[in-house]
Amino acid sequence: MATVLDSKVPSGPLEKKWEKHRGESKLVAPNNRPKFDIIVVGSGLAGAAAAATLGELGYNVKCFCFQDSPRRAHSIAAQGGINAAKNYQNDGDSVFRLFYDTIKGGDFRSREANVHRLAEISLNIIDQCVAQGVPFAREYGGLLANRSFGGVQVSRTFYARGQTGQQLLLGAYQALEHEIAAGSVKMFPRTEMLDLVLVNGHAKGIVVRNLVTGEVRTHAADTVVLATGGYGNVFYLSTNAKGCNVTATWRAHKRGALFANPCFTQIHPTCIPVSGSYQAKLTLMSESLRNDGRVWVPKKKGDPRSPDQIPEEERDYYLERKYPSFGNLVPRDIASRNAKEVCDEGRGVGPSGLGVYLDFSDAIRQLGENAIRERYGNLFEMYFNITNENAYKTPMRIYPAVHYTMGGLWVDYNLMSNVPGLHVLGEANFSDHGANRLGASALMQGLSDGYFVIPSTIANYLATQMGKKVSADQPEFKAVENEVRTRIDRLLSIKGKKTVTTFHRELGLLVWDKCGMARDAQGLQEALRKIPEMRAEFWENVHVLGDGAEFNQALEHAGRVADFLEFAELMCLDALERKESCGGHFRVEHQTKEGEALRDDEHYCHVAAWEYAGPDTRPNLIKESLGFEYVKLSQRSYK
Amino acid sequence: MNFKLKVWRQKNGTSPGSFKDYDAKDIPSEASFLEMLDIVNETLVTVGEDPIAFDSDCREGICGTCSLVINGVTHGPGTGTTCQVYMRRFADGDTVWIEPFRATAFPLIKDLVVDRSAFDQIIEAGGYIVARTGSAPEANSLPVPKHDADLAMEAAACIGCGACVAACPNSSAMLFVSAKVSHLGLLPQGQAERDSRAVRMVRRMDELGFGNCRNHYECEAICPAEVSATFIARLNRDYAIAAAKGALAV
Repeated sequence: MATVLDSKVPSGPLEKKWEKHRGESKLVAPNNRPKFDIIVVGSGLAGAAAAATLGELGYNVKCFCFQDSPRRAHSIAAQGGINAAKNYQNDGDSVFRLFYDTIKGGDFRSREANVHRLAEISLNIIDQCVAQGVPFAREYGGLLANRSFGGVQVSRTFYARGQTGQQLLLGAYQALEHEIAAGSVKMFPRTEMLDLVLVNGHAKGIVVRNLVTGEVRTHAADTVVLATGGYGNVFYLSTNAKGCNVTATWRAHKRGALFANPCFTQIHPTCIPVSGSYQAKLTLMSESLRNDGRVWVPKKKGDPRSPDQIPEEERDYYLERKYPSFGNLVPRDIASRNAKEVCDEGRGVGPSGLGVYLDFSDAIRQLGENAIRERYGNLFEMYFNITNENAYKTPMRIYPAVHYTMGGLWVDYNLMSNVPGLHVLGEANFSDHGANRLGASALMQGLSDGYFVIPSTIANYLATQMGKKVSADQPEFKAVENEVRTRIDRLLSIKGKKTVTTFHRELGLLVWDKCGMARDAQGLQEALRKIPEMRAEFWENVHVLGDGAEFNQALEHAGRVADFLEFAELMCLDALERKESCGGHFRVEHQTKEGEALRDDEHYCHVAAWEYAGPDTRPNLIKESLGFEYVKLSQRSYK
Repeated sequence: MNFKLKVWRQKNGTSPGSFKDYDAKDIPSEASFLEMLDIVNETLVTVGEDPIAFDSDCREGICGTCSLVINGVTHGPGTGTTCQVYMRRFADGDTVWIEPFRATAFPLIKDLVVDRSAFDQIIEAGGYIVARTGSAPEANSLPVPKHDADLAMEAAACIGCGACVAACPNSSAMLFVSAKVSHLGLLPQGQAERDSRAVRMVRRMDELGFGNCRNHYECEAICPAEVSATFIARLNRDYAIAAAKGALAV
């Protein structure tokens, strides 16, 4: 049976679609809302905002997170800011311009209607967050301040020092705690979703493991909302938190949800370079640094001199040279690719040769060290801690690292997947960023989905579910719970020779090498051969100590790596099948003379949504073609 | 580099715990403290010994998950969180003592992992501004003096790690509570609930078994987010004013 994708994008003019859709959407009356149970998995910006708002509306919400507190979800680590088309700077911004920048930044691989809605809602998000007490940066007159970010020529980014994600998440978390106090939300911290339960093809519950006691149990509801973030940790080294994983979305995929564009991964240009194999994660230095920092490498290959010994005329400010109108503020994919290019040429800096300079000396000369300290003090301190170098005196060394994943579960305009009743928000869905996300847009999307979209669109599903309540006593729940238990027992019984981390690191190196910043058919085919071998070895030779009925971090990690070992194959397959370059997906066979990404709109102007077809079986590819009525498809130019 | 570790091992909250000795061998000086523990854990697994349980997540100093006491110092040497401690701070051959955050209100789960959900319960008691989604006025309709906004941000920077409690001889959560009360109380949006917020949060803190403040200032010295103890004075003032207004009845 072929699944047919209906994006449910409303008809009518672009700027009227969302309003029209809300006007035509079904409603659940206030007196009926407490009769509906909603499961929200994840408590980051999207999850916490959704759980709090749905609770506030009167629904009965259960919210789950694997962290010890909802306040620690990885949204907290976002540094730079959140975009909104307020045009407070009077510099020509508008909803249409934010929409256009986002579509273009995503290299024309996202849905027009979703992105326009996001740009419209951006205005409400700032209002909402200010009302909650989010301490955004302000001007001396007391009004909100802005800065600019990559890929745009206006200042539309709102920020709270280098801790914008933290402050926005705390706003959502506090709203969530208020609803917990009111009794409308029940919170389950240190609880990990391990599978999805379908009843008659509808998502009606989840299986979870209590990470403290090890208890495995089921929860039933009228609908399930996944807001479980991205899959960047498939690369082992990334800027993601250690716990970030693909398990919730991958398990949902194996139950029928389509996984869209998994090869669209974002490599962030400004991270601290890798220093050794012991390393557990990579640290991001906010993109906002590119406002004041200048990126350069020596003109000469293998130049051994320290940066202060290299005179101005022997430096190559390659971004300013190649992209004069955007300079250091080109989008992330372009900045990353160029860094790789100069390092591949042998002009990289630092002990590994995999690094470029991000130099603040001009900004410090112009504005003074204090102004720079005020803007980026915490980042400079973090950089010092990690590298033992003072970036006020010597340029930072940066290199690209995996940061964000644009791909995710396929959703329609209501943010519902092809599985009825399964909604997917934030980084976990695929919908708004196309093949490359612009800076300060992840926070915008998470909060848009959570505060404003899902509270309205979820009623379209719930209104059809009156009187169709399911119970966790039904056999469907027991069956999935048993599968989860069997899998845990199997992981613990292998008692092989290799640790979970060893497998994770091997997988990460392979996909970084073959499916990282540059990809080609040969490498991807090699990865597709090796991943099943690694997976087979994992299930024969992994060593997980302890038992399931206790706090067992190795077991948690093992389950996540087992899923990454399956997911990685889909990611590489998607990358192999998309025979074009676009945004973060750079196929070396498809590039312009200048080495820029070369799209093939005739054959690949679509969303690639993959349907699970069983273990070790090639998944089915289902395409949603992307229509562009309001923007003209063009070769992206930031020159 | 090589180190002698003395690590607190405890199977769960009900069984007794003790220090156990481990050797950390061939640790690169660029490794972080938690990466050093990762390396030790990898070797433990290969010899069939249960790895040392400890909490961490973002490893960038912002999520507040990591929580070790290193050589008797909460979050170890330096100003940041545990995950921001690097091994180059230690001398080759050093003996390093590693313990969990200890406080009655933070019951131990396993080894170095403790339960800090009491902090969530304090926020639940009033650490928010009630602002129904969708009902917010235009953001720039309410100017906030830059000085107030900056000060609010300094308080809001708290990462909720619990180091203030672990470092305090009284296990007081006053720095944590005062940070939230000050962040919200400094802003015009936060005035409507200012009195009841201070009272409710302090009351919940007491109920949960945290001690009171005796001006040791260990919390301020140790706070990785550099939250100032002057916010405690602000909390005391807010609480006293609320009491005088009769808000204690809330």
